[in-house]
Amino acid sequence: MEKNLINLTIDDQKVTVPEGTTILNAAKQVGIDIPTLCFLKDINEVGDCRMCIVEVEGRRGFATSCIQTVEEGMVVHTHTPNVLEARHVILDLIISNHAKDCLTCTRSGNCELQALATKFNVLNVEFPGEMTKHKIDDLSPSIVRDFNKCILCRRCVAACKNVQQIGAIDCINRGFESCISTFGDNSLNDVNCTFCGQCIEACPTGALHEKETINDVWVKLKDPDAYVIVQTAPAVRVALGEEFGMPIGTNVKGKMITALKRLGFDKVFDTNTGADFTIMEEATEFIERFKENDNLPMITSCSPGWVKFIEMNYPELLPHLSSCKSPHQMFGAICKTYFAEKQNIDPKKIYMVSVMPCIAKKFESKRPEMENDGLRNVDNVITTRELARMIKQANIEFEKLEDSQFDDPMEEATGAGAIFGTTGGVMEAALRTAQDILSGKDLEKIDFKQVRNSKGIKRATVNIAGKDLNVVIASGLANARKILEEIKEGKADYQFVEIMACPGGCIMGGGQPIKSSKIRSELDIRKLRSNALYTIDEKSVIRKSHENPTLQKIYKEYLGKPGGHLAHKLLHSAKGDGLFWHDYKNK
Amino acid sequence: MEQKNDKKECSNCKKDKFLKELFDTYLPQKDNLIQMLNEAQEHYGYIPMYVQEELSQYLKIPMAEIYGVVTFYSRFSLKPKGKYNISVCLGTACYVKGSQKIMDRLQEKLGIKPGETTKDGLFSIEETRCVGACGLAPVFTVNGEVYGKATVQKLDQVIDELMSH
Amino acid sequence: MKTLQELHKIREEKRKELELRVNTKTDTREKHILVCHGTGCTSSKSPQILENFKKIIKEKNIQNVRVIKTGCFGLCAKGPIVIIRPEDTFYANCTPEDCEEIIQSHIIEGKIVERLLAKDIDGSKVKSLDELSFYKKQMRIALKNCGIINPENIDEYIAFDGYRALERVLKEMFPEEVIDIIKKSGLRGRGGAGFPTGKKWELTRQSDGIQKYVVCNADEGDPGAFMDRSILEGDPHSVLEAMAIAGYSIGANKGFIYVRAEYPIAVQRLKIAIKQAEDYGILGKNIFDTDFCFDIEIRLGAGAFVCGEETALLESIEGKRGQPRVKPPYPAQSGLWGKPTLINNVETYANITQIILKGAEWFSSIGTENSKGTKVFALGGNVNNIGLVEVPMGTTLREIVYDIGGGIPNGRDFKAAQTGGPSGGCIPKEHLDTPIDYESLKTIGSMMGSGGLIVMDDTKCMVSLAKFYLQFTVSESCGKCTPCRIGTKRMLEILEKLCSGEGEELDIYKLEKLAVNIQKSSICGLGQSAPNPVISTLKYFRDEFRQHAIAKECRALECKAMAKIAIDPEKCKGCGLCQKHCPVNAISGEGREKRTIDQEKCIKCGTCLASCPFHAIGN
Repeated sequence: MEKNLINLTIDDQKVTVPEGTTILNAAKQVGIDIPTLCFLKDINEVGDCRMCIVEVEGRRGFATSCIQTVEEGMVVHTHTPNVLEARHVILDLIISNHAKDCLTCTRSGNCELQALATKFNVLNVEFPGEMTKHKIDDLSPSIVRDFNKCILCRRCVAACKNVQQIGAIDCINRGFESCISTFGDNSLNDVNCTFCGQCIEACPTGALHEKETINDVWVKLKDPDAYVIVQTAPAVRVALGEEFGMPIGTNVKGKMITALKRLGFDKVFDTNTGADFTIMEEATEFIERFKENDNLPMITSCSPGWVKFIEMNYPELLPHLSSCKSPHQMFGAICKTYFAEKQNIDPKKIYMVSVMPCIAKKFESKRPEMENDGLRNVDNVITTRELARMIKQANIEFEKLEDSQFDDPMEEATGAGAIFGTTGGVMEAALRTAQDILSGKDLEKIDFKQVRNSKGIKRATVNIAGKDLNVVIASGLANARKILEEIKEGKADYQFVEIMACPGGCIMGGGQPIKSSKIRSELDIRKLRSNALYTIDEKSVIRKSHENPTLQKIYKEYLGKPGGHLAHKLLHSAKGDGLFWHDYKNK
Repeated sequence: MEQKNDKKECSNCKKDKFLKELFDTYLPQKDNLIQMLNEAQEHYGYIPMYVQEELSQYLKIPMAEIYGVVTFYSRFSLKPKGKYNISVCLGTACYVKGSQKIMDRLQEKLGIKPGETTKDGLFSIEETRCVGACGLAPVFTVNGEVYGKATVQKLDQVIDELMSH
Repeated sequence: MKTLQELHKIREEKRKELELRVNTKTDTREKHILVCHGTGCTSSKSPQILENFKKIIKEKNIQNVRVIKTGCFGLCAKGPIVIIRPEDTFYANCTPEDCEEIIQSHIIEGKIVERLLAKDIDGSKVKSLDELSFYKKQMRIALKNCGIINPENIDEYIAFDGYRALERVLKEMFPEEVIDIIKKSGLRGRGGAGFPTGKKWELTRQSDGIQKYVVCNADEGDPGAFMDRSILEGDPHSVLEAMAIAGYSIGANKGFIYVRAEYPIAVQRLKIAIKQAEDYGILGKNIFDTDFCFDIEIRLGAGAFVCGEETALLESIEGKRGQPRVKPPYPAQSGLWGKPTLINNVETYANITQIILKGAEWFSSIGTENSKGTKVFALGGNVNNIGLVEVPMGTTLREIVYDIGGGIPNGRDFKAAQTGGPSGGCIPKEHLDTPIDYESLKTIGSMMGSGGLIVMDDTKCMVSLAKFYLQFTVSESCGKCTPCRIGTKRMLEILEKLCSGEGEELDIYKLEKLAVNIQKSSICGLGQSAPNPVISTLKYFRDEFRQHAIAKECRALECKAMAKIAIDPEKCKGCGLCQKHCPVNAISGEGREKRTIDQEKCIKCGTCLASCPFHAIGN
């Protein structure tokens, strides 16, 4: 239905916008950028911080432009002396209770508060006073919380409670003592946090960040006894460039590999190959379970935030989970066995670093079941952001780098592995392989466009080898919960489910470059990054995991059959056998 | 009000009769949270953590949110109050009549601040805003019993007497 | 369940029986002993007085005497209050031990107990309530039943026209007609801002939606205000009836009363009242055989002043932290669970039935041009007659403080009155003759608020007073929006600096800058009005602020850090009383010597000041 159009004036400019548009968005249309802090499009639209106040003629008090909508004939002024003074005072007050150690802050240069302080040329704090004091919580393997930098915008709470529907954090106490905390004021490590990291992506300041582990990498890189291998997840290559000023969605795979080689890694491998392993194993597992009607629907297990979620909230549904490890863990296991054997390297000397768009992977890599024969599958997980920092610290001018290729002997990955990084990708990749296995043919139809849209829950019926298969794809934990409730109530009429913890999949993971509220309002980041992945897939020569020659070789020479004994030992975990989160916590 | 959920099993209900009765009285609707917390506060004298966890299960509200509600309203406390809970009215009528002096003296005498409990668990003190006995201002209450037209001397007497019990 | 005929019968019979409550000339041998059971009197043992009366009457087997618990009479300073009807004898400051004498002397022997009679301001003893100057200028609409009926007996409410307005509305009027009457009456919200009530009802009625709600805001949180509590305690049915009328008018079938858990008596009486109304079929399905259904639920607050703000109150009813929502949209458009919701406070509702029964014209004939009807004030502080007063709008502050309140005790001078609680402001001496209504209070920098009226004598420091209110706001701020969360804290810090003698002139400027910007940019009424006590004290008592900031002195001697208490050798007669009273032995001198104070030892408690018969001690 066509919406009514509303005419108004903002800073003497005539604007016509559809009914229901906020003043903030109406102003954007005529190139007026009203400052905001607590506003985060579609996630936190509450008007708490008061930075976005504007004057509306005839109205008592200021209007809250980020949530209040336009009215016919409205006359808005966004920078009268009154508005400017109020904004100055508000900003001053926020800063007066904010740890002002910008030099030692991870978000310096990418901080929305800092940007406003610059814009308003805050030279001193006019209204200093008592500051709230908070202990830094760095007990979890994934997230550090320093609430001395918190400005109580509550974007993190909205991301956790409304978007993900976890509610691990919320606002506690009252008045000046208000702060964001957990149940009982405990560490994030001890509550129902899944470490999805969406709170970090939402935070405008340095109050939330990943637990940085790049120092260990630097040390290992200079350790002559260590054989340091790095693998990079599919979503990293389409986001890393953003940290060097490139447009969102730029595929910097070639430059990234060159940089990693320059950093001194002994081998630079592609997690996409790991993803191909996952598909082989998962498709095989699915076909078996499908035939046996064993615990259907089967649900994917490659997103560690999601796995922690089901363990904590729906332990009774764990048998539905695939037993596959996530791609980088599989790949780590292969490197420390097959690759070490082939290259004649002592696997104990191998230090496996994963570059991930994800902070839950930091937690995952520490799970007890992620090891074989006493060796951890992955030794260190760093995020896209941390890799960018390493490149900068190594004085590498990233933009000027030439392209290179991943190292032998595992340079070849498929398009199927690439799309793992976006919601629907795992499903599509698995379907490509499953239909070939079931039909025994090399089928042409490999694009499953019905699973490619931006919806949080996608349902499709695909015909594979003459059989109708109902599949569901959910991204974001709120959607995951809906699916689990359906399964629990016995309403699930589908057989295969893909779930990723982050809305949009790994490309929107908690370890990805942090984008300001303004950019998140103006650009569809998810679409730009996922399009880049689909382009990689389209341009790939091989687009089905089971056709990956490296993979075929390793199965033939080493692993045997997909789902076979050795494959199971290395590539599957004991999830579903009682190794729940609660047990992990108590160990 | 809006959603009607199925009643959930409550693991503590077997050993805690009050909780069972509470869950029998109130439907699992989110808007019952504050009513249930009020009853729990009355019953236990504070809101134990396990009660918050049970409420979270029952009402399907995240635990952090429940904790946020408990810490928002000043009637709810996370720690047990003393055997004698003394509250001094700092409403305007009492303030104008010098209730701050009573409060200062109380803190000095017991060595604790509002919201705290003495180590022996005997006394806790808190500030209240108007108990409605403005005609008797300034007032303080001990376990709800009102002492009107209070003076520092009267307060001392009352406390000394309670201490000697 | 009662049919309408049965209700009419109850009204007729009960009314005859209760005639002696309101008519001193009633020809009856019966006597009613009314014992005030408002919170004030209850906390000074009125329940025990009631019990004692009952016991003695039973023991002595006295006939034709009933003891009745009632709501608040208003004159709390003289509580516990006992009134004997029909002769209307007013006994003040009664104790349980006095019951025997009252029964023996007054009831049996017919002799008034002189020593228990209330004294008026001039010292004369008054025999009846009406003779007290406290009541003379009052006009009771909202409080009309308080102190007359037993609030726990629905029949007594019905006897005094109870539920007649609801019957008339349901049987004879369209919703629009009801709204029209309320609009014409000129009634405005008694909770603070004074929004026209009829307009609010109309807006809620016009909002789209099948499900709508009626809410009664009984979260009276202003420190020193207890009007709403007294109404709920003394006449709970009047609120229930008005809510049902509102429900019919806006098209709602569900009401909520949000009441402070700190008001246990009010909560208890409301529960009883709702139960009784349900039993009679006055609440519930198909009321008076019409299509109209209406239920009322009680929701308890849990100690958060901000929940008196309407949107925070809604959040709290929904089971959340009481954090206000940004307006618009207003509750009339999107309230409880997003549905159109009408919110009025207790006193507003308490006027409704009278307006329906007596008409809009009658109501609008009372008060001033833009403020109609009466207003209940909780009069407190440094005033002789502390209590609850209901006066027509337009009554001057002087009339309230001096004629009704009996002036300032201890021969002190009036310095200022504070209205509107932490959201209001101070009114200085020069505005004593301002007729009080919504607009005039705003003009002189204060506000009606919910009706707290605190009188201060000349020993009060205005900077400290501003600090007191800011302390309140800071501890009650919900913490949602920046200006209120951090800004009020900064204002308080500055005031603390001033009061401790560490301030400077620049601080006054900073206070003003913060105040203005917090007012304009906070989300809700709490934040927007939090600076008012500072702004108004700065307006009228700026010199005091400057004295604190520049000269570092507090003339009222309230700011101890700056106070230097000294004995004027000219006036000191060497009596030694100050020395005797000093708790820290800071005063030296022997015999008839003039006394001196050791500033090192002095804790500035002010005890010596009060003890000196020659006013020789001062700043």
